[in-house]
Amino acid sequence: MNLGPHLTARRDAGASLLVPYVTGGLGDDWADVVRAVVDAGADAVEIGIPFSDPVMDGPTIQAASVRALEAGTTSTSILAEVRTLDVGVPLAVMTYCNLVFHAGCTRFAEALHAAGVDGAILPDLPLGEIDEWAAAADAAGVETVMLAAPNTTDARLDAICARSRGFLYGVSLMGITGERDSLATSAAEIARRAKAATDLPVLLGVGISTPEQAADASRAADGVVVGSALIARLLDGAGPDGAHDLVAAFRRALDGD
Amino acid sequence: MTDVATPATAATPPARGRPVALGPPGPEPTASGRFEGFGGQFVPETLIPALEELEAEFRVAWTSDGFRTEFADLLTNYAGRPTPVTECANLSDRLGVRVLLKREDLTHTGSHKINNVLGQALLTRRMGKRRVIAETGAGQHGVATATACALFGLDCTVFMGAVDVERQALNVWRMQLLGAEVVPVQSGSRTLKDAVNDALRDWVATVESTHYCIGSVVGPHPYPWIVREFQRVVGDEARAQCLAHLGRDPDVVIACVGGGSNAIGTFTGFVDSPARLIGVEAGGLGIESGRHGASVARGVPGVLHGARSLFLQDEAGQILEAHSISAGLDYPGVGPEHAGLAAAGRAEYVSATDEVALEGFRLLSETEGIVPALEPAHAIGWLARAAGNEVPAGATVLVTMSGRGDKDAAQVAEILRLR
Repeated sequence: MNLGPHLTARRDAGASLLVPYVTGGLGDDWADVVRAVVDAGADAVEIGIPFSDPVMDGPTIQAASVRALEAGTTSTSILAEVRTLDVGVPLAVMTYCNLVFHAGCTRFAEALHAAGVDGAILPDLPLGEIDEWAAAADAAGVETVMLAAPNTTDARLDAICARSRGFLYGVSLMGITGERDSLATSAAEIARRAKAATDLPVLLGVGISTPEQAADASRAADGVVVGSALIARLLDGAGPDGAHDLVAAFRRALDGD
Repeated sequence: MTDVATPATAATPPARGRPVALGPPGPEPTASGRFEGFGGQFVPETLIPALEELEAEFRVAWTSDGFRTEFADLLTNYAGRPTPVTECANLSDRLGVRVLLKREDLTHTGSHKINNVLGQALLTRRMGKRRVIAETGAGQHGVATATACALFGLDCTVFMGAVDVERQALNVWRMQLLGAEVVPVQSGSRTLKDAVNDALRDWVATVESTHYCIGSVVGPHPYPWIVREFQRVVGDEARAQCLAHLGRDPDVVIACVGGGSNAIGTFTGFVDSPARLIGVEAGGLGIESGRHGASVARGVPGVLHGARSLFLQDEAGQILEAHSISAGLDYPGVGPEHAGLAAAGRAEYVSATDEVALEGFRLLSETEGIVPALEPAHAIGWLARAAGNEVPAGATVLVTMSGRGDKDAAQVAEILRLR
């Protein structure tokens, strides 16, 4: 299943898109967490491959990464489990580019494709450094989701949108991942600018912490990525059932129920 | 911007001889910030505008007479440059090679780090930013940054691994005295690598008002280029001083390498000379132990802290923790220009263990009355063992004494007391 066509079709059918983030290898039951969030209404799932030095991540996802790495998680072990997931929505991995280059771009892209992963999000691989990876990803049929920030210039935003596949990831605020008390005022503005620049679905991520904030964000954007809010509960032992409940609450808020 | 303090610039001649004369701007890396393929700009999108602004600002500043004059004046009248080259007769007798030291230990704040921070403070003022963040390992760069911020009236936050906060308590206090906030970093290995991570995380959120004053020739383009240009005064001075003193270039030029700023600053002055260039990395408990900081010797190409370079990694591509007795060398990577110099074969990279560094620490203290920081003690210790073999007897050797050992005295005393 392809990420872009699936999300675009859902958007065009009137849905607000919901993409939860799950750290691969966080607990023995992380694959069940992925199944649970899909069952609760996720339109796609972002699966984090943990890296030792995640500079775009705040304390919550850092802690999840440490826990997964201490349990012996690797790209290979995550992709082996992803291959067994048959969840009926597209999957994208989110990781840092050292793991890609360490494996080799072509090998990594082909491994993603072979595992049934549709997309890749690499927050430390900006437009100017994307070519080697993008060529390999395009060849392997992996959609590379690009990120745009509130301070991205208009000219650069156009170029980022042109290079993005799957969806456009709008970073809602100036900062790293983590829960916030309120939705940043920059969220609506970057969503508006991005939607003017591309027909791709525009999803807001980073700091989308509550169902209410998600509903707010989806008035300007086509949907949201929810990471730390979910991971914080998983770190507290919520398990697949707790993950299901939280994502279901986000789903209801996005659906206006 | 007008209410940011402008340090007084004295027109009187400096007390220590002639004023600093900067060499011409050096060669730029490629447009994509590469040195032999290493370098680049692997950062979150949020940081791209700031890196573009910094590059544009530096390119204009570095060719502007006004900026260069002010920088040279600060180096002369504030930092105490030029630093001398000291002939070490006693040590030379002991080792059978002629040893000269480039005395960065004599600068204000006690290490070469001051050269870079004064330049970056001037850039910060030019960009109209009011807050500076920095990472520090041993605390030398943190102290230097706090010093420059005090001078320029800038807010200063220094990220320092919690392990380093403990082993460098004196420098923590100095930074606080100078008005800086010191943030102990609890993530990861709680050393320099993690301090850089947290500084980058802060910068992603504060980039519009804050300048990140990186302390070494690491990080995304344009930092490795900017920091090299601000540190090349070390090598440019040393080259001229060697020519005046020896009538020729030294045979061998040696510097310690963590991220590699004192080494790049030194090597840049000699890169077009016939001198052998040798970087000494932290051998820690021994290369074979796996507990070291020898990124050129044992690192593999990868991406960390915004640049493609050589990093210590496990089989899966996770970054490993470095180990060194010296907080300033406790970093699992090396600046991209060093990776380039190694790939091109222009510089050689060797390592000295903790034990060898302690030998160097004592040897220089006892023979010359100069207590080195533990970082350059690696270079001295390596030379002491290499003299007569890898460094032939009778060779003339310049070693950059990147900093003084006061900060390490308590730590070394404790290590020696326990034996």
